[in-house]
Order: sequence, then structure tokens, then C-alpha cells
Amino acid sequence: MSEIRTSVEKRRIRGIGVLSIFSAASFIYFGLLNSASEKTTFGFVLDNEWVIMKEWVISSASGSRIFSTLAILASISAILAYRKKIAVTIPASVATFGIFMSFLTWIAAGKFIPLTGLLQGALLLAVPLVFGSMSGLICERSGVINIAIEGQLLASAFVSGVVASLTHKSIWGLIAAPIAGAAISFLLATFAIKFSVDQVILGFVINVLVIGLTNFLYKKLLIPYQSTWNTAPTFEHIKIPILSKIPIIGPILFSQSIVVYLMYVIVAGITFALYKTKWGLRTRAIGEHPTAADTVGIDVNRMRFKNVLIAGLVAGVGGAYFTVGSVGSFGKEMTAGAGFIALAALIFGKWSPIGALMAALLFGFADNLQSTLTIIGVSIPSEFMLMVPYIATIIAVTGLVGRVRAPAADGIPYLRGGAH
Amino acid sequence: MSLELRGITKAFGSLTVNDSIDLKVEAGQIHAILGENGAGKSTLMNIVYGLLKADSGEIFVDGKIQNISEPSDALSAGIGMVHQHFMLIPVFTVAENIVLGHEKIGKFGVLDIESAREAIIRVSKDFGFSVDPDAIVETLPVGIQQKVEIIRALIYEAKVLILDEPTAVLTPQETDELLKTMQELKSKGTAIIFITHKLREVREVADQITIIRRGKVVGLVSPDTSEGELASLMVGREVDLAPEKHKHEIGNPILIAKNLSVRDAMGTEVVKRINFELRAGEVLAVAGVQGNGQSELARAIVNLEDHIEGSLLLDGKEIRGLSIYDSLHAGIAFIPESRELDGLVGSFSIAENLILDLHDQAPYAKGINLSVQVVSEQAEKRVKEFDIRLQSVSDAVSTLSGGNKQKVVIARELSRPIKVLVASQPTRGLDVGSIEFVHERILSERDAGRGVILFSTELEEVLALADRIAVMYRGEIIEIVDSKVSKEELGLLMAGVVKSKAGS
Amino acid sequence: MKNLVSKFGQTAKLPALSFALAFSITGLLIAFSDSKVLAKIGSPIEFIKSGLATIGNAYLALFQGSIFDINLARGNSFFQGFYPLSETIVTATPLILTGLSVALAFRSGLFNIGAQGQFIFGAIGASYVGFHFNLPTVIHILFAALAGIVLAAIWGGIVGILKAKTGAHEVILTIMMNYIAGYFILWILKTKPFLRPGRIDPIAPEVGLSARLPLLAGENLRIHAGIFIALASALFVWWLLAKTTIGFKFRAVGANSQAARTAGISVPFVVTSTMAICGGLAGLGGAVHVMGSAHALNTDVAGSFGFDAITVALLGRAQPLGTVFAALLFGALRAGGRTMQSNTGTPLDIVLVTQALIVLFIAAPTFVRFIFRLKKLSSSASLTSKGWNG
Repeated sequence: MSEIRTSVEKRRIRGIGVLSIFSAASFIYFGLLNSASEKTTFGFVLDNEWVIMKEWVISSASGSRIFSTLAILASISAILAYRKKIAVTIPASVATFGIFMSFLTWIAAGKFIPLTGLLQGALLLAVPLVFGSMSGLICERSGVINIAIEGQLLASAFVSGVVASLTHKSIWGLIAAPIAGAAISFLLATFAIKFSVDQVILGFVINVLVIGLTNFLYKKLLIPYQSTWNTAPTFEHIKIPILSKIPIIGPILFSQSIVVYLMYVIVAGITFALYKTKWGLRTRAIGEHPTAADTVGIDVNRMRFKNVLIAGLVAGVGGAYFTVGSVGSFGKEMTAGAGFIALAALIFGKWSPIGALMAALLFGFADNLQSTLTIIGVSIPSEFMLMVPYIATIIAVTGLVGRVRAPAADGIPYLRGGAH
Repeated sequence: MSLELRGITKAFGSLTVNDSIDLKVEAGQIHAILGENGAGKSTLMNIVYGLLKADSGEIFVDGKIQNISEPSDALSAGIGMVHQHFMLIPVFTVAENIVLGHEKIGKFGVLDIESAREAIIRVSKDFGFSVDPDAIVETLPVGIQQKVEIIRALIYEAKVLILDEPTAVLTPQETDELLKTMQELKSKGTAIIFITHKLREVREVADQITIIRRGKVVGLVSPDTSEGELASLMVGREVDLAPEKHKHEIGNPILIAKNLSVRDAMGTEVVKRINFELRAGEVLAVAGVQGNGQSELARAIVNLEDHIEGSLLLDGKEIRGLSIYDSLHAGIAFIPESRELDGLVGSFSIAENLILDLHDQAPYAKGINLSVQVVSEQAEKRVKEFDIRLQSVSDAVSTLSGGNKQKVVIARELSRPIKVLVASQPTRGLDVGSIEFVHERILSERDAGRGVILFSTELEEVLALADRIAVMYRGEIIEIVDSKVSKEELGLLMAGVVKSKAGS
Repeated sequence: MKNLVSKFGQTAKLPALSFALAFSITGLLIAFSDSKVLAKIGSPIEFIKSGLATIGNAYLALFQGSIFDINLARGNSFFQGFYPLSETIVTATPLILTGLSVALAFRSGLFNIGAQGQFIFGAIGASYVGFHFNLPTVIHILFAALAGIVLAAIWGGIVGILKAKTGAHEVILTIMMNYIAGYFILWILKTKPFLRPGRIDPIAPEVGLSARLPLLAGENLRIHAGIFIALASALFVWWLLAKTTIGFKFRAVGANSQAARTAGISVPFVVTSTMAICGGLAGLGGAVHVMGSAHALNTDVAGSFGFDAITVALLGRAQPLGTVFAALLFGALRAGGRTMQSNTGTPLDIVLVTQALIVLFIAAPTFVRFIFRLKKLSSSASLTSKGWNG
């Protein structure tokens, strides 16, 4: 039989190959060539959770060797699994974990790594990304490209900050934010659906508009009248009984502000709704083949409009996180490109809610790792660490993780009867 | 239930596509609408189904006037439709597609798919279909996809069923099956509107035939009208269905395919180790039901496909693996399946489209400089030679009619020195006049000693033009036969039944 | 002749209305965010009066800051009154080049959001050559510009190659590349070769005098020869698109890549070379900015030249001449916006709002017709990019 490898197989082979080379390289570089005599310390305790192990101290060199050996073994089992045509996900993830830990043990020689803190920070940095990518998800599964996530986040951050400041209640900020997000969505939906403006261009223009508007109002109102306009209170952290006591994950996941809990609910809700309900079936239908949906009696443009507004509500909660969910007061252009990273997470996650969630967490982790390493003072310039999420996205979209397929009708205005 | 249309009129801009059309179909009756491509049949049906709005005219259901402005109005009035381009979501399962638009909600707001699965199995049993409710639609053959559409109409109890060109994608055998299903539905009291341009089918099943030409009803006749009469009503003049073919010498093999395979992006083999020899001065027609690998084979000859294996010799030289540019300039003319998508750049002028392939060669280019002057001069010549009807060669090509667009494609492809012409569905969607022109051109290339490989799903076209016929089925050429083969035999081959095996 | 006039009237009508709409909305925003105006909300007449006065003052300052300032003319010399116009052109010069970069990409069917990153690399290249070498003046300028062009063309070309090889969408790629370039310049300004002697903050040494573009109107006005480079580049882009086989390929792929491919045009070639040329154009923008007015590299050297480029190209409908006019307009808004900020306290950022609104209305002719209840005359082709799968 002639063995002809398809592009999917080729990509898998390439992936396993890269992983094996990295495992070996990390063993040599982080393990064998590691001349550091110091020890690396990992901290596991964040709060008052039940403690299993407070911290773990290991010599940098031998720690790196142990983890990279693990990576090599996992790579070998990935190769074997591939040969036997078994799924390679688990060994591949173990190998990635091994390489990463080997790197961490190497770079943090003589330093203290707060492992739980690292993870908690990652989650917090991921929160707005998750909300943003869910907003993008709802729009794009319905067939409307949403580049305006950045604008939705920024506008709702501004509004929630201002409303919470004026009312002195953070909850009003949280209520106002989704409305602001939906207002931006209304703009997007009106021009994209009613006036058929190109959606990529439109999203871009909306972002410029929101940046200009919030900067203008920030300088005109928020700076001169800071005490009334820009002193938003923030939410208290709520500890969930028992759950927050679970070692390691308890304080990370269950000792958070209400916005984070809302995130859990919204991601779970969207996942359920998209695949298990009438709304989800119709949403996926209008994003894939709107004409077919129309012929069974679904009002495509009306539903798209509605979904874009819902997406705005979701992004709005994410916007609130920037102000009342964390620091309180609004800062100029404080979303700093989170909307674009959210978009990348959506694509990286192949337009699925769980995928986007994972990608957002990964980006949050890379971001936090960078700041942690900068704080403990390692030799890699922080700028290169900051590039990681962006490089990761480029790797993702160029196909190392598999060809991504957007909803078939994404970005195409629906006009009945074609282009007459 | 009966459906009646009175005075339906619809215009797109200055073009009237439906001109006060009347039509009546009763319960338990099959009413055929016969007309050429572009006669306005699909527009009419889209109006009945609520996808388009008529400028004037009324629709009556059971004698009562019915306002249909949305597909949901048609559905609730008991009108179901099997569309020419299937209205199924490719990434959904059969059951999900059936449920869409008619969702039932179960516990906790969860969608109820189960009852639809049961209904699919029940209806499939009643009509002898084998449809798996959990299959993803895009993985199913077109014949089955069509059955899914029919099942949907049946489950939601359509009393009037519109079938828009349903046989275009079917083998003759599958067509017979469909006609049988139609008879069955008719006996159960369904009113059927059957749209087609195929005479044989009409005469076989229809109770009444309405003939439409250029948006007007030109006749309401009974099915015992002769084929010739139907054809001349449809076209408006006497038509010679078969073009004249001169006898002449057939030369040496010019294009030889050896174990040629094509894979799609997912790695599936869509063309499987094909062998053929095309000789100079012959038309080799590749027949088969749409979707059996013909498109991919045609594209593979000019290296448009990404994963090609095996060997392809043009005049003794290997051309597999060449760039598209080099393949074209090695002496292959290629008429792609879709004029609009693959043949022409719509917003470019006619002159520019005529040199899409030659723009960087003399006399059009000197170095990297493009001579706009020469381009338009040459365009004028081609326009005369190929009788392209236009106002100016600097107009956008998208302003031309379908037939003239195809002439632009053909004029361009024949302006290079060529050895082989590859024509993929060259007459799809054209009016009769243009079809005749294309046929004449193909035959004149043959007579000039070029090898012509013609891909067509139209049996009449294949039989009229071919010297030999290769039949493709599931990616393989299962037989190459003489052009004197009968329609029935060809039909069996297209369904994958090889003669030697047929007997056993 | 009459016909011609009325035809021009028809084509200019929609853009004119779009501008009017955008400036009206911006005006309302200025009035309603002014505390002095809001204080008079009790009496409608006073309120409208002071509102109009505020808007009038703001727009007067915008004009004074972008075209001609009578106060400056009264002082030293009449000529000095054109200082604002000089500022407008200085701001517009890099914008023309980045705008052309985005416009050319549009014509090949690509949405180049990456002009910002390409600009940064152009600036880095020109800056390094500018301060590191000592060369005769014309050669030094050419060498520095070339360094900027080449670096940026490589940076843009990477996107082209990645898209051509893997089909990844250029919008995502260029957004990511912008961030990477942004961090790269932060890093490189901390490295030894780029640290200005005696300084510890991230600012590079000034480019040598021999690498500076000559001033056109004396020492007091900043206008420099970069404008001629920008105009020549616009001419180059026009020639490339209209008169060459390469431009033919670009336009064919931009209009229908599938048909272009079927006719033997290599889409990967077009994608890669377009992105490289676009990179080069934006990079030249960075180089001109450094050699003409900025003189030294700092963390914010790119400002928003790359992002504004997108609005410029959209407003210019991806035509070279249109892009030049659009860049001049936005340059004027920017320069005037600064004066408006200092004279009337209206933040410069309002200019962003105006820009966004203008482009939004230009991109949505049906909306403008809807607002002004105009009948549809003829459908003009509008710019579109493709969805993720295209």
C-alpha cells in the first residue's frame, strides 16, 4: 500500500517531532549544562486553605533533569501512541508540562516561585479575555465578525467606572457595563446587518471611535473631576465555603470577586446553550448556511442582530472587570489590546467556548509568568516574555495546532435571493 | 389541497423574469414546469416559497388568497420545497437539520432531537429510504441529501411539494427512483410541482405541463405532446438537438494519464489511480453523476489541485507537478466549471479578462510594463472573432450575459497555442444559442487536431459530442466506451454497474 | 461642461455629507462636554448661543492650527503664518506612506493592519544607520532610508510568507506582529548601541546632520523634503498598479483570487510581494519620520501613524491620490487638534472620533442616504475585505 501522508498527519508528525526535539534540548540545556548550584523553591500556599505541602525546594540542575526526563519519556510514548494510532493528547500535554517545568526550575535557580500565585494571577489576567472571546464567539457563530471586542471592553469599562463612581456602588457599575457593551454592539449590528458595511473595517473603525471617545471624556471629565467621576469602589472577594479550602485550586478558583464567578456561569451557560438548545441550533445554522436557515422560517438578520446585542452584554461584564472588578478607577486606554488578544483566543480555540476559554487562560498564564519572572529578576528581558502570547497566536494560526475553520458564513452579510 | 398562482410578475431592474404567470395544481396531481435555464422557473418558485416578493400577482391556497412573504408563511400554508441547491446545514447531522426551524423543547430547555430521529426512521421505512439520522450531512452523497430534504417535507406534512430541478444531480437510476417516489406521493394526495428542463422525465410523470419561456407562460400541454414539440415550445424555434460531427482521422495519444490520483485537503482520495489516453483530434467525454471526482480530475490536469500523484504526459512530457502557469503554457486550454468564480475576474474589464493568462508576455508586456494600448487592440480582435456582444471592451466583464461571459473565457483559453482543451461543464446554465456556439467551438478544436477532454453531467451533450466516453464513478474511471453506447447502458455505468458484473 | 459639473456634484455629494455629519456630531460632543455650556442649560437661548460659540471656537482653533494662523503672521513675518500648514504637512508625510502601505494591500485583497509594526522597523533601521555611520549627506540619507525599507519589507514579508504557506489570516498575523514590534522597540532602546550616551532613559542618539532630510522653508518651519518622497511614492504605487504586470497580478488576485489562480497567476507570489512592498512603504514612512522631524528613536516614535493609516486608506478608497488627500486631511486634523487642545481645552482625542465617524459614514453610503433621505443613484463599488475563511 502506498503510504501517502495527508496534511493532517503531516502536522501531527511535525508536532510530535518538535516536542521531542524540545524535550531533548531542554534536557541538555536546562539539565546537563545547568551550572547553577542554587536551589529552586516552589510555593504552594496562597491563603488559609488546607495545607498539604507548603513549599518544595529542589536543586535547580537535578530538578531540570527530572522534568526534562519526564518530557522525553512522554515524547517517546507520544511517538509510540502515534504509531499505534492512539490519541496523543495526554503524552503530548505531559511532555509540554515537563519542558515548561524544566525551564522554570532552570531559570529560577536560587529564587522563589509562588506557583499558586502564578496560577491565580493567570486566571485574573484571563478574565477579560474570556469575556471578550465569548462575545466574539456569539457574534461569529452567528455569522458576524467581531473585531470590535476591544471597543466593547473599553466602553463598558469606562461606563462601569463612571456609574460606580457616581452612585458609590460597585453593583451599579456592574449593571451599567453590559448596557454599554450592548450599545457598542448596537452600532456594530446596525452597520453590519442593516447597512452591510464590511465587518472587519467596521469593527476597526468602532474601536477607533471608542478609543477617541473615552480618551476625550477621560481628559474632559474624569481627570478634572476625579473625586466625583472616577473613584469607583470595587467588589469584595467572596470565599465560597469549603471549596475555597481545597489545597492549591481552592484559593485560585473560589476566592474571587463576583465577576469571576459570573465568568464561570457565562462560559458554562454559553457552552450548554450553543450545543443543547434551540437558540444554539439556530445560531450555528445562521452562521453556517443562512439561506438554509431562512428557508425553514428563521429570520436570519433579526437573529443575528439579537445575538450581536447579547454578545455586547457579555463583553460588557468583561469590561466591568477592568474597573469595579479589579482596580476601581478608569484609566486611559486601560484595556490595552485585551480585545485583540480575546479575538486571538477565539481563533486559537477554534470558535468553541471551551477552546476559547483554554486559549484565554493560556494567554493569561503567559502574561503573568512574564511579570512573575520579571519581579523575581531573571535574565530574560521582560519584553521577550511579553511577546509570548502573540508569538503563540501566530504559531496557532499558522497551523501547528491544526487548520482552524471559521463558521462558513462568518462576515458575509445575508441578503435574501442572493446578489440581484 | 390546491395551489393557484394568478398573474405573478417579478422584475429585477429592467429585466422582467416573471411576466404575469398563471398556474394551478390540484391535490394528487403532478404539474411540471418546463423551461430553459434562465427562463424564470426558480424565481417563480422562490416567490411561491416566500424567498422573493412578487411585484404583483396573487397566490391562492384551496381557493383562498394567501399572503406569502416569508418562508414561514409558505411552511404554515403546507407548502414544502426541495431546493435546487440543497438547503441543509453541511456540518449538522440529518436529525439536527430536520429539527431546525421546528424545534421542540424538552426538559431544562434542552432541545428534543430524539423525536425527530424516530420520525426520520419512520418515514424512511415508509418510502424505502435508507437515511441515518445521525450522519453528518456533508459526508452524505447528494442523492441521500436530497432524500433528507424530501423527508423533511414529509415529516412536516407538506400538502404541496415543489421539486426544483431535482434530477440534475441524480443518476438515471436514481432519477427513476425519485419519479417512483413522486408517483407514490401523488397517490397519497400530495400536489407536486416538478421543475425541470428534461423532456423525458416530464413526459413520464407529469399530469400537466406548463412551459415557460423568457418569464412568460407559452403553453399548457398534456404529457403526450411529442418531445420535439415540447423542445420547440421551450426554446421558441426548431432546435437541432445534435450538432453535426464530421468524420475524420484520429491521431496519436497526446495526453496520457497513468495512475493519476487526487486527494482533498482531508487526505481522502477523490480521484483514484485513473488511466486514460486522449488522442489528437478526438473528443473524450468524461461522464458521471456530479461529485464523482470529475471536477477534481479536470482541475488536476492543469495542476490546480494540491495533492496529485501519478503521471500525466502531455505530448510525451511529464506535466504533473508543474505550476498552473507552466501547465497552461505547455499547451493546455482550461475552461473551468464556474465562469464567475474561476473563469473571470468580475470587476476587471473584458479586455483585461482576455489577457489574464498572457498579461506578462509579449506583445502585452515589455519587461514589467503593461501596454494598455495593445491589450485593448487585441481585445477588439477577439471580440469580433468570437462574436462577443458588448458595448465596450473596457466595461467590467460582470456586465455581460452568461453566454457572453463564457465566450470571453473560451476566447482567452483558445488564444494560446494549445494541444489539449479541457472543458469542465462548459454549457452549464447557458441558453440554447450559446450552447450551440460552445458545441461548435469544441468540435472545431477537435477537427483542427487538438485533443478535447469534455467533462459533462448532461447525457445529451456527452452523446452528441463524444468520440469516446469515459464514465467516472466514485473517483474511478470504471469503463471507457464507444459513443454509440445507449442511454440506458450509460446510465447503468454512471450508477456504478459495470457490464461484466451486471449479468452476475 | 454642465454635465461634468453635475456629475462631479453627484460624486462629491455623499463624501461631503459624510464630512458634514461627522463634524456635526463631533461639534455636539464638544458643546455637551463643556461645563460652561452645560451651566447655561436653564435658558435654552443662552445655551444654544454658548454651545455654538464653543463649537465655533474649537473649529476656529482647528483651522488656525492646521492651515494659517493670522497671529503668527502679524508677528515676525507673514510667511510664519503658514507654520500650521507646515505642521499639517509634516504630520501628513509619514501618514501618506503608511496609508499607501494599507491601500496597496487592499488592492491585492489583503487587510494590512501591520503598518504600525512595519513603521517601527523602518524607524529603527533609519535611526541606526543615521546615528551610527558618518557618510556624505545624500548617500547617508539614501542608505538610512534603504535600511528602513529593507527591515520593514522583511517584517511585512514574513506575514506574506506565513499567509502564502499556511493560509493564516493576515489580519490576525499583522495584529500580533504589531505587538511584537512594539515590545521589540522597547527592548532595543535598552540595548547598548541604542542608548544615548549620558542618558539612561530609552532614547536613541539623534541621527547625524548628514542623514536629515533638508528643510524646505527655512529653520523656523519644520516642513521637510519627506513630502516629496511621499508624493513620489504615491506616484510609484499608481504606476505599479496601473501600468505594470505586477500590478495587474495584484489587482487580479485582489478582485478574484480564485480566477487569478486558475489563469496561472501565482497567489503566493502576490501575497508575499504585496506584503513586502507594503512593509517597505510603511518602513519608508518610519524612516522619513525619523530623518525628517523626529531625529531620534524613542518608545513612542511610531505614535499612531500605522493605525491612522488604516482610516487614511479607507477614506482614500485605496487609491493613491485619494490616500494622499486623506492623509493631508488627517494630518490637518492632528496638527489642528493640538492647537485646539491648547487654545480651547478640547482634548486632541476628539480628532480620533471625527476620523472614525468620517470613515464609518464613507463606508456606509446607504446609511448617509438613509439619514438625508437621498435616493440611490448608482451603486459604487465599496471596499471589502474577506472573512476568516477567504
